[in-house]
Order: sequence, then structure tokens, then C-alpha cells
Amino acid sequence: MMISAQAYGGNGKVKEYHYTGPVEHKFSPYAFNGGTVLAVAGEDFALVASDTRLSEGYSIHSRDSPKCYKLTDTTVIGCSGFHGDCLTLTKIIEARLKMYKHSNNKSMTSGAIAAMLSTILYGRRFFPYYVYNIIGGLDEEGRGAVYSFDPVGSYQRDTYKAGGSASAMLQPLLDNQIGFKNMENVEQLPLSQEKAVQLVKDVFISAAERDVYTGDALKICIITKEGVREEIVPLRKD
Amino acid sequence: MALLDVCGISDWVKEDTFSSQKASVDRVNHFNFAAREPELAVPIGVDPADFLKPFTDCEDGVEGVTIKLEHGTTTLAFKFQHGVMVAVDSRASSGSYVSTQMFKKVIEINPYLLGTMSGSAADCVYWERLLAKECRIYKLRNKERISVSAASKLLANMVANYRGMGLSMGTMICGWDKKGPGLYYVDDNGLRLSGNMFSTGSGSSYAYGVMDSGYRYDLTVPEAYDLAQRAIFHATHRDAYSGGTVNSKCKKKIIM
Repeated sequence: MMISAQAYGGNGKVKEYHYTGPVEHKFSPYAFNGGTVLAVAGEDFALVASDTRLSEGYSIHSRDSPKCYKLTDTTVIGCSGFHGDCLTLTKIIEARLKMYKHSNNKSMTSGAIAAMLSTILYGRRFFPYYVYNIIGGLDEEGRGAVYSFDPVGSYQRDTYKAGGSASAMLQPLLDNQIGFKNMENVEQLPLSQEKAVQLVKDVFISAAERDVYTGDALKICIITKEGVREEIVPLRKD
Repeated sequence: MALLDVCGISDWVKEDTFSSQKASVDRVNHFNFAAREPELAVPIGVDPADFLKPFTDCEDGVEGVTIKLEHGTTTLAFKFQHGVMVAVDSRASSGSYVSTQMFKKVIEINPYLLGTMSGSAADCVYWERLLAKECRIYKLRNKERISVSAASKLLANMVANYRGMGLSMGTMICGWDKKGPGLYYVDDNGLRLSGNMFSTGSGSSYAYGVMDSGYRYDLTVPEAYDLAQRAIFHATHRDAYSGGTVNSKCKKKIIM
């Protein structure tokens, strides 16, 4: 750290800096609880993965708080950001899913859930849910679908997306490995389920190395026409 | 439900018990879940725009909490002899992070009306979807298509209710109706302008420069495509917040 010479007083010691006076601390309705979420869509499968660390500031509240929530047999949502808003938002989504099921006698499709979530989030445009959502699932034709959202409901369908605290580190890696961006003379093979799961594990191991809010364990939800299968993989705990 | 609204039945049917308790401005009635009527919640006692500013605008936010909303960037549209040409870039950025290079900024309100998006992505998507619903209800009630002028007026009036609360939306409603090609610019302040050529977003100045130098009313369709794409290309070259790919659409006369 560079300190200018002005900071040193006459006796050679660093001058102490005080702010004397009242400081206003406002109540902040939000907190940042960390966590990373990732979703990948394949030909006939989708993956939603999240780490399981819940932190706040310099503390870790829990090592076993996954951020993937199963909504239907074909859809899983990953929510990271403020844990309080994640819980309330998933509660509201599950209530709306039940209402739909009772009114229409069928489960909501992933596209419909995505559109509904967009309006739920926009309903709080002036006091947003501080949650970064990614929905992964199978569309009506059985193909993998990923929908990524911003905190107030802007969304679109993707092939892969990373969200949460390590998203800026993971997204470029996914662009290269799944999107084949910035690569020349490569055979662009479609992603198989085994390769995708291994890629997700590798990607989270990298994230845990470099992001303090990501680590402890990784939970992967694999969505196929047989249903939703879960895999838990340990990560760095430091 | 939309059908109930069209028939006008909900006007004289008594409200059911769930919604009889009037939701106060500050609290959303949790039992409705906004399933019937869309509800927008507002924080109590604070100016909504000022409330969000420290979270969205400052680099560090408040105690590490930064809410970055997705923003869209350069869009343009112009009228010419064959119809209306619309071109947009495809980058959406959350702060300085590029969230996606493949964002769809042209919304098909219906097969003969297009809306473009610039400003806050969520605001544009939501209000234009609501506009699509209103246009559909208009068509069902009146058995004819809504005019571009009326559609843009509906949108302008909807967002004017939320003026000063921090919405950010610059959109162009383009299409073809009985009076020929229509192009209106609608703003989050409720501003609505009719014109022959508009460009919005952070890269709009660059796009205007290219468009103004090449624009003629009697362009052919391929020439118009070329002009629009060049304008967006140059804007993405110079503006950091514009990029991705150029998406262009031409609304020509629909033969009935």
C-alpha cells in the first residue's frame, strides 16, 4: 500500500485519521449471502448446479445450504444472492405452481414458469428481490432449456449460464468450453451428459479456488425425462 | 382472466373474498400472488428512485450489496417507401459485466407491430408484454387491429403513471396500419413522438451519424437493410455498452 509523505507527522509516525462526529447507519433491507449457481442445457437433459456455502461478510453461516430448488419433475431453479429473498421467492413460486396445477390440472412447463417468474420479479420492481435466478429444465419437446434472470425479471433462454458471486469467473470458461468461443479448428461436438457433469465439477472446483463465497460442497441436479437426480461432490472448505 | 376482461363481466361481478381486503399501497396482499390483477409493490415511506439508487448506481453498493439490473443499448428505426426498418444490437450489460451477447431487443407485440427495447431490460420486456395483452384485447373487442398510434399511446399512458419512480425505458413502436407505416418513440417519462427516424440508447449518437448520411426515402429494401446494419455496426464499434450481433427486421405492408 502506497502512503504519501503527507501522512507522516513531524515525529516520523503515521498520523492517525479520525472522523469525529455522528455517523448515520441506515438499516439495509438486503444482505449478500454469496453462492454460485450454474445451469447447462443439453440435447435431452439439463443440469442445475450450485455450491452449498451460506456466508455473510467474513462469516460462514452454513456449509450445507444448497441453492437449487426442485419445482416440478422437469424444472429446477437455482437462486443466489440474499438468502431471505431466495426463500420467500421460492415459497411464492411453489404456491403459484400449486394454484396452476389445481386450476388447470397439469404441471407448469419450464417456459411458463420462466414467464411467470418474470412477472413475479417485476411486481417488486421498486423494491427488488435481491436474487439472481437461473431456471433449468426440459421444454415441451424434451430438449434442455435454461432461462436466466436479472433481479427485476428480465429473462431469456440460453444454452448455459452462470450466476451468483463467481459468475464473472465461470461464464467466460463456459463460453469457451460449451460455446466454443475464441477457439479455432475445433470439432463442435454436442455436449453429452457425462461430459457436462464432469465440466460442471471442474468449473466449480476452479470457482472455489478463487472466490471466497464459493466452496464447501457442490450439488448437481440432473434433469432428464426420467426425473431429477442429485449428485453431491465435496469442494474446498477453506 | 383476459376473457372476463373482454366481456366486461368483471366490472359488475362482486369481487370474491380473497381480493375484498384492499391491499394497501405498501403491502402486497400475499393471498392473491398477483395471479388475477398485476400488482406492483412499493417500499414504504421512501421515494422509490432514491431508495434503489445506492444499490444500483454505486460501484460498491451498500455494505457489499449491489443490485445490477440488465441494460440494453443501441436501437434504431426509420420509415422509408416500403415500410419501417428496425435494427438493434444484442448486448445486455449489468453494470460493467456483459450478461449476454445474444439478447433479443425486438419484441413482436403482434404480427404487424414491433417494439424495440433500450434502457432497463426488465422494464421494456414487462411493459411491452402488457401492451401486447392490451392490443389483443382491443382486437377482440373491436374486431379490427389496433393502430400504431393507439398502441404507442397506451404504452405512454401506462408508464406515465410511474413517472419519477426510476423506470428506464426508451422504446420505438413500429408497424403498419390503415394509415400506412407508423413509427413512434415512447419514453419512460411518458414522452411520445411520431417521426421518420429514431435511434435510442447509449450508442444512438453514432447510429444517427451513419443513418443521417445515408438515408433517403426511396431506398430499396436491401439498401435499407444495409444502412440499418451499418449504423448499428458503427455504434457497437465505438460504444462500449453496445455489441453482440445486429438483428434487423423490416415491416412491410401486410396483404390481407
